[in-house]
Amino acid sequence: MTTVTEAPPLAPAPPEPEPPRRRGRWTPYLLLLPGLLWLLVFFALPVVYQASTSVQTGSLEEGYQVTWHVATYWEALSEYWPQFVRSVLYAASATVLCLLLGYPLAYLIAFRAGRWRNLIMILVIAPFFTSFLIRTLAWKTILADGGPVVGALDALHVLDVTAWLGWTAGDRVLATPLAVVCGLTYNFLPFMILPLYTSLERIDPRLHEAANDLYARPSTTFRKVTFPLSMPGVVSGTLLTFIPATGDYVNADLLGSTDTRMVGNVIQSQFLRVLDYPTAAALSFILMAAILIMVTLYIRKSGTEDLV
Amino acid sequence: MTFVNWLKRRLVVVAGLFTLAYLLLPNVIVTVFSFNDPKGRFNYEWQEFSTEAWRDPCGVSGLCGSLTLSLQIALWATLGATLLGTLIAFALVRYRFRARGAVNSLIFLPMAMPEVVMAASLLTLFLNMGARLGFWTILIAHIMFCLSFVVVAVKARVMSMDPRLEQAAQDLYAGPVQTFLRVTLPIAAPGIAAGALLAFALSFDDFIITNFNAGSTVTFPMFVWGSAQRGTPVQINVIGTAMFVVAVALVLVSMAVGNRRNRRKA
Repeated sequence: MTTVTEAPPLAPAPPEPEPPRRRGRWTPYLLLLPGLLWLLVFFALPVVYQASTSVQTGSLEEGYQVTWHVATYWEALSEYWPQFVRSVLYAASATVLCLLLGYPLAYLIAFRAGRWRNLIMILVIAPFFTSFLIRTLAWKTILADGGPVVGALDALHVLDVTAWLGWTAGDRVLATPLAVVCGLTYNFLPFMILPLYTSLERIDPRLHEAANDLYARPSTTFRKVTFPLSMPGVVSGTLLTFIPATGDYVNADLLGSTDTRMVGNVIQSQFLRVLDYPTAAALSFILMAAILIMVTLYIRKSGTEDLV
Repeated sequence: MTFVNWLKRRLVVVAGLFTLAYLLLPNVIVTVFSFNDPKGRFNYEWQEFSTEAWRDPCGVSGLCGSLTLSLQIALWATLGATLLGTLIAFALVRYRFRARGAVNSLIFLPMAMPEVVMAASLLTLFLNMGARLGFWTILIAHIMFCLSFVVVAVKARVMSMDPRLEQAAQDLYAGPVQTFLRVTLPIAAPGIAAGALLAFALSFDDFIITNFNAGSTVTFPMFVWGSAQRGTPVQINVIGTAMFVVAVALVLVSMAVGNRRNRRKA
């Protein structure tokens, strides 16, 4: 857990200096109390309740009792492992796409935009002002069957390739994995661009000049100077994209089909429609554990090897 | 400058602008389709131009009610989260205390957790306590997940603050309350404002956590979600477009004011 806290998700903070001791020994605790109590009761305690719910048996009518029925976990996993795998695959694809799409734009804003910088920044953030559900629904129009986008992809034989890969079906994009990944990429792209921009903007332009003076070609400068220095942004950007994308069910529901259901869809329908609380709680708990493990491993790896 | 160099420079610009277009295309579609006159229940296909929805934005039953509810919840959640978060941020930056690592984890984890996990676990708490789902459970949830973001925003600002300013105020015989109100708070204000804005935006647009903990209460995102199953009225595009235009206008105005102020100072 401590490794997770070492890498804040937003702009990587400088090391905190230990604050000076002040008068009033109880003041910090009084300041912390209301907020921390809120988080303890409505964030930490629910995790305990969820764990307890996942090992209960019973029915809605007769009520649930904790019976330590751990088999729920096994049953949930064996029934819904495809959705788990799909969630990780879709989220990982969306994260890679976000990085590929977001890096040039972050680079453009940081180094090439000049007086357009503020305007482009506003345009990156502006979509947030319209409800993301409405914007996600707009993708139904963009990717509509027989629409210009699908038509162009078809004419360029892109759809043949994606169909062969199993990302699309026939001449449709909507209700396929490609549409879901496209929606996920779209929805979480700003979360990639902003941390990338923050770390790119901090790079001293003289480093670029120095690399140039030492006869590095632009591609070498990028590989040896710019990209390594932007790693903190890459790490927080990928985390900020991957984590919410894994748990998302909105894109899979609005743009996908029953064959693209992710684990979030299962948790949602088990909780709100099927009302099978133990299974839903078990799935949610597994998702939480899986994310924490993946994130911890990722931060360890990117913190020790890739960052050097 | 060689040709390859030139091309490379253009390549970044072209790729960046492509991404910008990808980001903005849905907003264009939302705006254009707010002038549509759809034939069926769904507003996904262009039929013909009409300003009917703009002339009657509340014409769909439940839409404006849900909008008002979302605004109310967002305001209260912003107030709560900003208050609690600012106190935490000040404690973190200004004081030493025990269990600092644990406190930091507790603040960080809600931002590192998929929303659906927080939503589901909070629902199990409410179910086990027998709470009635509705306005209050939504508000509780929103304050919970906005809090951490406020802490981050305020902390960044307070940390960059020069502590000597407060010492100077005290040297000039300002009491602790006066120092806080006339020196500390004005300097921290931009951070607090940023945190509050973030909290408002997060709360207003939240769907997943609300979906789990709302019961039969319908916020604006819940209304949009429901309409995606039953039929999308053009009015949701009108609301979406209006929100976008108002927000961008506000940002531009505040930037213009800021620029002018800076110029006057210079």
